[in-house]
Amino acid sequence: MLAFIIRRLAQSLFVMFFVALVAFSMFNYVGDPVHQMVGIETSFKEREALREHLGLNDPAPVQFMRFIGHAVQGEFGLSYQHKRPVAGLFKERLPATLELSFVAALLALVVGVPMGVYTGLNRHGFLSKLFMTFSLIGISLPTFLIGILLIFIFAVILGWLPSFGRGEVITMGAWTTGLLTKSGLKALIMPSITLGLFQLTLIMRLVRSEMLEVLRTDYIKFARARGLSNRAVNFGHALKNTLVPVITITGLQIGSIIAFAIITETVFQWPGMGLMFLQAIHNVDIPIMSAYLLLVAFFFVVINLIVDLLYYVVDPRLRIDLGKANGHG
Amino acid sequence: MHILRHVGWVKRSKTYQILMNGEFRFATPTLHLNTETCLSMLKIENLTIRFDTRYGPLTAVDNVTFEVRPGEVFGLVGESGAGKSLTGQAIIGLLDPPGYIAGGQISLEGVRIDNLAYNHLRALRGRKIGMIFQDPLTSLNPLYTIGKQLTETILTHTSVTTAEAQQQAIALLTDVGIPGAAERINQYPHQFSGGMRQRVVIALALCANPQLVIADEPTTALDVSIQAQILSLLKQMCREHGAAVILITHDMGVISQVAQRVAVMYSGRLVEIGDVRQIVKHPKHPYARGLMGSIPSLHHQVDQLTQIDGAMPRLTDIPPGCAFHPRCPECFDLCREKRPVLKKIANSHIACWLYAQEAHHAG
Repeated sequence: MLAFIIRRLAQSLFVMFFVALVAFSMFNYVGDPVHQMVGIETSFKEREALREHLGLNDPAPVQFMRFIGHAVQGEFGLSYQHKRPVAGLFKERLPATLELSFVAALLALVVGVPMGVYTGLNRHGFLSKLFMTFSLIGISLPTFLIGILLIFIFAVILGWLPSFGRGEVITMGAWTTGLLTKSGLKALIMPSITLGLFQLTLIMRLVRSEMLEVLRTDYIKFARARGLSNRAVNFGHALKNTLVPVITITGLQIGSIIAFAIITETVFQWPGMGLMFLQAIHNVDIPIMSAYLLLVAFFFVVINLIVDLLYYVVDPRLRIDLGKANGHG
Repeated sequence: MHILRHVGWVKRSKTYQILMNGEFRFATPTLHLNTETCLSMLKIENLTIRFDTRYGPLTAVDNVTFEVRPGEVFGLVGESGAGKSLTGQAIIGLLDPPGYIAGGQISLEGVRIDNLAYNHLRALRGRKIGMIFQDPLTSLNPLYTIGKQLTETILTHTSVTTAEAQQQAIALLTDVGIPGAAERINQYPHQFSGGMRQRVVIALALCANPQLVIADEPTTALDVSIQAQILSLLKQMCREHGAAVILITHDMGVISQVAQRVAVMYSGRLVEIGDVRQIVKHPKHPYARGLMGSIPSLHHQVDQLTQIDGAMPRLTDIPPGCAFHPRCPECFDLCREKRPVLKKIANSHIACWLYAQEAHHAG
């Protein structure tokens, strides 16, 4: 087990190193950083002095190592537009994005899995057909359209929910949360539905098709032939066997939820990282862009590591192979 | 929910009146055993299984009647598609849709079971009727230890504590010949070989002491060297637990080893049923003769095994008259026109016009 974790960690480090290389090269090869930082009136001499001061004349590998050294300590320099440390900006905005992503992912799982099981079990039921039709809409409508439609109905026409922002937030140390206030929760409803709807329908369809597959297997027939209750067969024996693919997809999707919260955050003016990232692109604010790239890569890598570990919890067949591999190693 | 399912079932089976009787009988919590009918523990009368397709209903099992006596091994033989597995599935109430029982009845210990509500029938599965499937590699849930699967089944049917169920499970595994059962109970199916897994499956089928075990091709997926072991284990275990066995197979050799009585099926119909020695030594129906001729013998040197020409008709075009007549070497006019019914001849029942005259004389 330990050998496996170490191996996976090494792979993760390699991925992060590569992403860091891309993030680093953005600084030097997407425009000239000095041009971005100074005004038009700055003389050539002053520019050269700044260049020397920032270490931009050093060889690329030296600069890269310095970049990594700082990144590991959570330092990504100053934002060109905000003139503040990027790390501080991210710290302010990370809770908003993580909270939104978490609620969206939870919604997708808590609603998607039971709906998938239901439609798998009652394939020809009226409700199943309704769910399947509804899921087609969820899969085919673009996120921004769903968001705008929701705003139109619930904010403009009905006036029930706020159309933008996070509502009131409570600060707890370095973290700000909207989960504890009424207006914060109300503000979360539409963005999380918008963000989670696609994943919800994806998970539902996945669970459904996996259930249909598993219900046909011999061990389910044998479980029925032994007189086990429907609940034990459907949820104990069948659902557990659908989990490995569901975990894989869910893991990948949580990564995408965090990374692609950009659109939802823009539609709802959600004060998260995605909105900041879009503004950074407008202003060619390279430090924010490269930090965002690294951060999203980091989330993906961590989630994938967790997914890999979950496989071993769910499927004993993998555990044994692992034991053998350990024994030889 | 199962009430709805039940109603759907009624509509299809068209035996509403009888079903009402059956249901009232089962509304009482205890099963009253009818001692008079205990000579035949399982009775199948005129069982017909159909599939509704776009081209109309297909009859996969046609008017099958037989009975199984307590403690005996009853063989059900026939080619693939003869309807033997469907018959087994119908008995335990696990016919896969769109197949359904279109007629006839199945009674266990004098009580009709083919029209039971889903949950009543579920209570019988495992408790009264156990089932063993063909492929031991896929019969066990890969994500649970065999101990969990055994205790789960024991706890479903009996009111014992988890610890007692665990003890019973270990004892059962020891009985089916798994060495070190106390340790191996915590292992997963993939840690067992095919033969061992089939032993576990036998333990699972017998863990609630059913009176009847339906074994659907229990050795087909196994190595030839292990087949005989598993067969004798199955026979011995069922004898010890006092369970009768319906052994479904296409292998006459297997039947002749373990069964006492045998029914031969062809195209969803019974063609011959009787004592196994009788049928193995002196098969009467031309199809049974063909089947027996295809088994190599140690005692008689033959250059070529006989084979039955042609193939079993598809369900869509079963010929009129006797279903076997296009392949039958002794077919005559009557065979093409009229369907033979089972007639008692000596100790067997045979559905063949060749013996009709004889039956007439005997009767």
